[in-house]
Amino acid sequence: MANQPAKKPSRAPRKTSRAPRKKAKASPDEILQYFKDMLMIRRFEEKAGQLYGMGLIGGFCHLYIGQEAVIVGMKAAAEPQDTVITSYRDHGHMLAYGMDPKGVMAELTGRSGGYSKGKGGSMHMFSKEAGFYGGHGIVGAQVPLGAGLAFAHKYKGDNGVSCAYFGDGAVNQGQVYEAFNMASLWKLPVIFVIENNRYGMGTSIERASATTELAGRGSAHGIPGIQVDGMDVVAVKEAGLKANAHCRTGKGPMILEMKTYRYRGHSMSDPAKYRSKEEVQKVRAESDPIDFVKAMLLELGQLDEAKLKEIDKEVKAIVAEAARFAQESPEPELSELYTDILAEA
Amino acid sequence: MPIEILMPALSPTMTEGKITKWLKNEGDSVESGDVLAEIETDKATMEVEAVDEGTVGKILVAEGTDNVQVNSPIAVLLEDGEDASSIGTASTPAPVAAAPVAATAPAPVQQAPVATVEAEPDYDGPMVRQTVREALGAAMSEEMRRDEDVFLMGEEVGQYQGAYKISQGMLDEFGEKRVIDTPITEIGFTGIGVGAAYMGLKPIVEFMTFNFAMQAVDHMINSAAKTLYMSGGAIACPIVFRGCNGAAARVGAQHSQCYASWYAHIPGMKVLSPWSAADAKGLLKAAIRDPNPVVFLENELLYGDSFDVPESDEFVLPIGKAKIERPGNDVTIVAYSKMVGVALDAAEKLAAEGIDAEVINLRSLRPLDTATIVTSVMKTNRLVSVEEGWPVAGMGAEMAAIMMEQAFDYLDAPVKRVCGEDVPMPYAANLELLALPNTDKVTEAVKEVCYR
Repeated sequence: MANQPAKKPSRAPRKTSRAPRKKAKASPDEILQYFKDMLMIRRFEEKAGQLYGMGLIGGFCHLYIGQEAVIVGMKAAAEPQDTVITSYRDHGHMLAYGMDPKGVMAELTGRSGGYSKGKGGSMHMFSKEAGFYGGHGIVGAQVPLGAGLAFAHKYKGDNGVSCAYFGDGAVNQGQVYEAFNMASLWKLPVIFVIENNRYGMGTSIERASATTELAGRGSAHGIPGIQVDGMDVVAVKEAGLKANAHCRTGKGPMILEMKTYRYRGHSMSDPAKYRSKEEVQKVRAESDPIDFVKAMLLELGQLDEAKLKEIDKEVKAIVAEAARFAQESPEPELSELYTDILAEA
Repeated sequence: MPIEILMPALSPTMTEGKITKWLKNEGDSVESGDVLAEIETDKATMEVEAVDEGTVGKILVAEGTDNVQVNSPIAVLLEDGEDASSIGTASTPAPVAAAPVAATAPAPVQQAPVATVEAEPDYDGPMVRQTVREALGAAMSEEMRRDEDVFLMGEEVGQYQGAYKISQGMLDEFGEKRVIDTPITEIGFTGIGVGAAYMGLKPIVEFMTFNFAMQAVDHMINSAAKTLYMSGGAIACPIVFRGCNGAAARVGAQHSQCYASWYAHIPGMKVLSPWSAADAKGLLKAAIRDPNPVVFLENELLYGDSFDVPESDEFVLPIGKAKIERPGNDVTIVAYSKMVGVALDAAEKLAAEGIDAEVINLRSLRPLDTATIVTSVMKTNRLVSVEEGWPVAGMGAEMAAIMMEQAFDYLDAPVKRVCGEDVPMPYAANLELLALPNTDKVTEAVKEVCYR
């Protein structure tokens, strides 16, 4: 497959490409499920922002709002034996991969009921059952680690594919290219998913990257790349299926550049001086991934306003339950300070 | 029930702020994500977005108000079918639990409790004469025969047969799947090794020398050593990082450094440093079988030295146990790696002068066998520490601290450190000799603590 991005990407996702499709390559039931999954992430993140505001979540808290279609679409293309690894903006990935919202929220509040017993925090959660390997705080580190998961899939011969997510900020890290080289050299089954939300913290991609065609970043290592409208969950799933087929048939890694957008700040205290309100507002109004699917469902007759309200209520109830659990779950026992440092031989 | 909108904390340090502007007025309808107000925090001016939907029933704090406390109500949101009359019954969106209060800290502890370590198993079987190089190769090969999940990766480990011939013959026996030549990209292949270990494989990552591991140290510490803790025990990282450490000969400053104290500093890591071929074999096998990240510091100048090694596939040494190489009564000398040999030579010289030195081969730098060291000092009342590394914050500094904390009343003299000189390693032969510990430096230090 050739390196795709022939066209220069426009600054904002093109509205023309985002009109609801007549023939979506997903069944109405599937699309309804994507809608629910994306809504769950959004409501969860809004609630996390609220709990942060109440002082119940400390330190860093990186919200995924605006980028939901990326992980939901990619999960829809994955197989049960696959693995996933990402950066610190990880809540959406965990929810999409089936981790319990209660356990995730309780980790955000630093309670014993959290996935890491309160010892990891927002950026550091893991679940072997879900195939989720973190939750990493050093920008770009998850890329060689993700190639390592793929190495293990290949070594074990389990036909699994590893998916390593990183942003347009991480894409300039040196270790990313070391991982690209070895993944391609050794034909590792890894999908490198670049979530290009246009800003690495407060620095726009144009101000950080000599070239902004990120799908082509693997060309020096012979890794094919596709640019994808990351605000369109069906387009993401289709690209995901393509990449999975490529990796699962021994052809080595593939890059998917997801053109997406983060509505909220980098973390919680973000002065938002590096982009205009109008820019954020425009994306929200014209390219929102959830509104996009909602329109599709209304058109398909899968959804009416009443059903919509019902779904929203269901999702909110799950999130409220997670928030309740995250506040009622006790803080870890003081003895936990000295556990989990070394594994027992 | 109406929902109270509370003054949010918008940064980890914010306790109060100023409402600079309301963007919604009373009576306006609000959807999730709508900007309600602008708030000036201790760091910046930021927007507050709505979480719940409804109509703004009442604004409780006018714009321009300063010093509004975090978590105090600033407005009331009415849900469908509610009107202003129900404002008095407002509820907060979720039960406001007070932010967790800092728990009473337990008594300060300097170090995590160390589990009791089993003693070195008695061995009275046949011995074989082996070089350190052969012992290391044998340890890896035996463990790879024993466990399919163990593999070796690094620069020149395969076709070249190992930059220092440690992995000689292993590619032929185990094939390319398990003996993997990597490009010269330390952070990349170390990250790949750690990722593979998350999934239960047991990689041996060979660094041609530990000088090059500086490129990879982020993965060794942040990705390997901390993950078990950060995951609340869910993800272990069984991996060995090995290669030569310390000064070689005439290779200049960038290729001559001891990293022992760097890695020994890290919780979640085990750090071993063998001296003899038996140490090399027994400790490397233990490292490979251990479910934790283990840093294994070898010394290039010892690779060709021969020692007696137990001839058994099951000769595995306990991690965390030092070995008394030479018993003595007058002074304790602790050392690791090549410096054990220097200490033993010094002890022989001292014996001729009537000083009976006990020499302890530390073997394990983390966990450290403090019990053996302290017990020895209770007998000799004097301690000299020998290492190739620099003095500042080095292993010798740790020895001195342990003596202060655990053997203060037993000391008859201050602890003395013999270290590499506090300079980058020079190239010139005479200066290089001057920069490293040697037998004379050790005997002088011993005489000083013995007041001789």
